[in-house]
Amino acid sequence: MTHEQDPHIISYGKLAAVWLTLLALTGLTVWVSRLDLGVNRVWGALAIASAKSGLVIAFFMHMKYEGRLLRWLLFVALLTLAIFIGFTFFDVLYR
Amino acid sequence: MSQAQHRDHAGAKLGMWLFLFTELILFGGLFLLYAVYLARYPHEFSVGGRELNVLFGTVNTMVLLTSSMFAAMAVTAVQRGQRHNVVRLLGMTVFCALVFLGIKYFEWSAKIGHDIYPGSQRLTTGPPGESVFFSLYYLTTGLHGLHVLIGGAVLTFVAIKVQKGKVNAGNYAWLENGALYWHLVDLIWIFIFPLYYLIL
Repeated sequence: MTHEQDPHIISYGKLAAVWLTLLALTGLTVWVSRLDLGVNRVWGALAIASAKSGLVIAFFMHMKYEGRLLRWLLFVALLTLAIFIGFTFFDVLYR
Repeated sequence: MSQAQHRDHAGAKLGMWLFLFTELILFGGLFLLYAVYLARYPHEFSVGGRELNVLFGTVNTMVLLTSSMFAAMAVTAVQRGQRHNVVRLLGMTVFCALVFLGIKYFEWSAKIGHDIYPGSQRLTTGPPGESVFFSLYYLTTGLHGLHVLIGGAVLTFVAIKVQKGKVNAGNYAWLENGALYWHLVDLIWIFIFPLYYLIL
């Protein structure tokens, strides 16, 4: 049996702080969506959603405290998704 | 048995993450469909999006974020060996899941009451873009709702294991992976909410 290193424990206080930030960002995204920004509304909403996901992945899912393997795998998965979406748009937008 | 049971905590977590990546690609496909059809039918999507209730969407976002915090706290509690706290926190997570599904029920009922559902009179006779929008809406939120249901069931099962002492500070892969699944459900909603309820 292998003995793993002690897991990192995230305190209740830190989790609550992340939760408050997430609620604040939710409020921000609702507020931004009411502004008259044209197409930038879409990019603004996606930027805020990405920031929220980053917080959830880093703290709630403990990714900040994981080793290299999981971080690289996450990167590869996101890159795959980006290629998948990007290449579709190369086709769709320039037909 | 004299032999100690072999456990591979890191391997269990790696397997869970690989599964979550496939889920990401699954929902990624739905978001891709959304993006392509939004580019093709911007006006119809806008009309469809305005039918959705921003209040329901916002409250459900807050409910899911809160449930995600409880799930993360349950992992902290199990690491600290606080069994009763783990069960209580998982109970609160599952309660939030039920609230989410309850709100979803009212939301879908209202839509169906307004003759908006795949194959309804209004959508079959209306412009094709609106029909595409609502088909994607039902497919995406429906698949997400199914994930909420499964996640809630998994966390209930884990809570029972914690109560029985089978999941504890020395062996909590079940709880950790259940919580990871729950956070994924939250992550997907973080994108569904602005795309369907806000930007259109």
